[in-house]
Amino acid sequence: MSENVEEVGGTGPSHRGVELGVGAFLALLALIGIYGSIKVGIGWASDGPRAGFFPFYVCLIILFSCAVNIVQVLMEAPDGRVFAYWSQLTQVGSVLLPTVIYVLAIPYTGIYVASAVLISFFMRWFGQYRWSVAVAVGVFVPVATFFMFEVWFLVPLPKGPLETMLGY
Amino acid sequence: MLADVGNLFHGFAVVAQPFNLALMVLGIVLGVIVGVLPGLGGANGIAILLPLTFSMSPTSAIIMLSCIYWGALFGGAITSILFNIPGEPWSVATTFDGYPMAQKGQAGEALTAAFTSSFVGALFAVIIITLVAPLVASFALEFGPPEIFSVYFLAFCSFVGLSKEPPFKTIASMMLGFALGAVGLDQMTGQLRMTFGFPQMLNGFDFLIAVIGLFGIGEILLTMEEGLSFRGNAAKLNMKVVLHTWAKLPRYWMLSLRSCIIGCWMGISPAGATPASFMSYGIAKRISKRGHLFGTGEIEGVIAPETAAHAAGTSALLPMISLGVPGSPTAAVLLGGLLIWGLQPGPLLFTEQKDFVWGLIASMYMGNVVGLIIVLTCVPLFAAILRIPFSVIAPIILVFCAIGAYTVHNNTFDVVMMVAFGVAGYFLKKTNYPLAPMVLAIVLGDKAEEGFRQSLLASQGSLSVFWSSGLVSTIMALGLIALFWPLIQNGFTKVRASLLGPRPAQ
Repeated sequence: MSENVEEVGGTGPSHRGVELGVGAFLALLALIGIYGSIKVGIGWASDGPRAGFFPFYVCLIILFSCAVNIVQVLMEAPDGRVFAYWSQLTQVGSVLLPTVIYVLAIPYTGIYVASAVLISFFMRWFGQYRWSVAVAVGVFVPVATFFMFEVWFLVPLPKGPLETMLGY
Repeated sequence: MLADVGNLFHGFAVVAQPFNLALMVLGIVLGVIVGVLPGLGGANGIAILLPLTFSMSPTSAIIMLSCIYWGALFGGAITSILFNIPGEPWSVATTFDGYPMAQKGQAGEALTAAFTSSFVGALFAVIIITLVAPLVASFALEFGPPEIFSVYFLAFCSFVGLSKEPPFKTIASMMLGFALGAVGLDQMTGQLRMTFGFPQMLNGFDFLIAVIGLFGIGEILLTMEEGLSFRGNAAKLNMKVVLHTWAKLPRYWMLSLRSCIIGCWMGISPAGATPASFMSYGIAKRISKRGHLFGTGEIEGVIAPETAAHAAGTSALLPMISLGVPGSPTAAVLLGGLLIWGLQPGPLLFTEQKDFVWGLIASMYMGNVVGLIIVLTCVPLFAAILRIPFSVIAPIILVFCAIGAYTVHNNTFDVVMMVAFGVAGYFLKKTNYPLAPMVLAIVLGDKAEEGFRQSLLASQGSLSVFWSSGLVSTIMALGLIALFWPLIQNGFTKVRASLLGPRPAQ
């Protein structure tokens, strides 16, 4: 994964490296699945195949396919293709990080407050909107969502201290 | 047969209730928006909006959700033609000729042709569904576990054989879906498996979470990476252009018919709308007299992929309602909806839930008519949505994805899983692992496993049960043919080449 490739327009991790990484990761998942299947039994019991029977073979097939994929990548000569430029990966990361924080915050703040913060922050940071605009949209969307889900369609969403304070 | 006609009219009566009509229009509009916006597609759009239907009757719910689907199918064409950005994978082929047409100032013609051929494709597929689905369902009522498993086998094998992705990547992705679907409570023995002591894993991985993560979050990450610059063509669509284009369209009836057939065939076998649109475009290019001009803005290059994509997208519902085997991720989400509303998908629907099935079929007819009218009249409105900057749209889509993921089980852990699926989706997509087979495998995993284990139980563990009767062996053989289709095709070309090869040049 670490081999860097230079190309016009910037550098980034090589496509080949990521390809191998994904293959190895899937193989790892398959191994975990095989371990889990063997733990519950992959043979036959008096009432037929045991719980691990089906997933065991499924994971074996994953392992085999990954092996084929990895060998195929290794057989080809490195073509110097980059997976994505670092600048692009930074872009991806700068969306992913706020999303992760948002998701982890939901159980504590409720979905409405977290959403308002996410939208305002996103608009301010990426869109360079004025704070007033960003906050206005950030507040409007959750409020509209609240009426749509909780009031009209009667679907409860996670709520935090603010909603409790307001009496919901 | 006659009873079916009566049922269909009853279905129309159900759909024509004002409440259902309103839901239909709402569904189409939401669907077009979903289809136009990057990061939201038919499958995860429906997955996100599924919770809105929890308090409705199943018939109203399916009308709204299926209309979102039709809307999304229509919406993909708008972005492809005006912005050269395929809103959906199946509209990629539409950009080849649609965008050049728009650049030449023929955006109106291109849009009218696209919408009308979408409509024609869908109508053809719905008629096929009306005629064939009840027959398939009554036939399938006789199926035992080996036959049921063999149908799943056929469905998944066609994925491997017909997919453009490397076969072992398709297999890996599909099997990963089965493995994820197997996590949690084992339906047959009641045992917990592969949970490794984590209480969050007890319920396993819900495919709706996977859909929202893989297609929604993953797509947003991809869009961010590419960096979006929308430079679109103006959308002017007045009645004169529409009528003018309509007058031109009938002369392409042969092209339409061929695209319809390709679409239906690809849609019923679970290869889906995307390969259907490419295949139809490719064949049209080869056959058409103006084939060498394709790619420069030929109207035929818009008609072919759009007709096929819509026919495939619609006919993907045929195996879903008659067999319980969805033909596309979106059909899979609809199937997931059925389970949530307490309906058992499969052949029994036709006998036990007549209102529901025929309401759905009637809504396919009505939904496409309503859809055509809405998109023809509201194109500028929908095109304007794309001009909203991505820095505003992206966080709103993220919020709706989170809401959709949460409401599946009212569980905040699912939202975290959604993000994990999103990151996985980003990497898998970039490395050419197809996501659709994974989603279908998560949905169908339990049922396929049940069919497999029950068959083996009956045969005391011998695999010969899958070759025990004419029917089951035929389906299994078809599955194997589909699985090895690329090899068979290769062999065929080689044989033909060696037969033609030795002929001396004169």
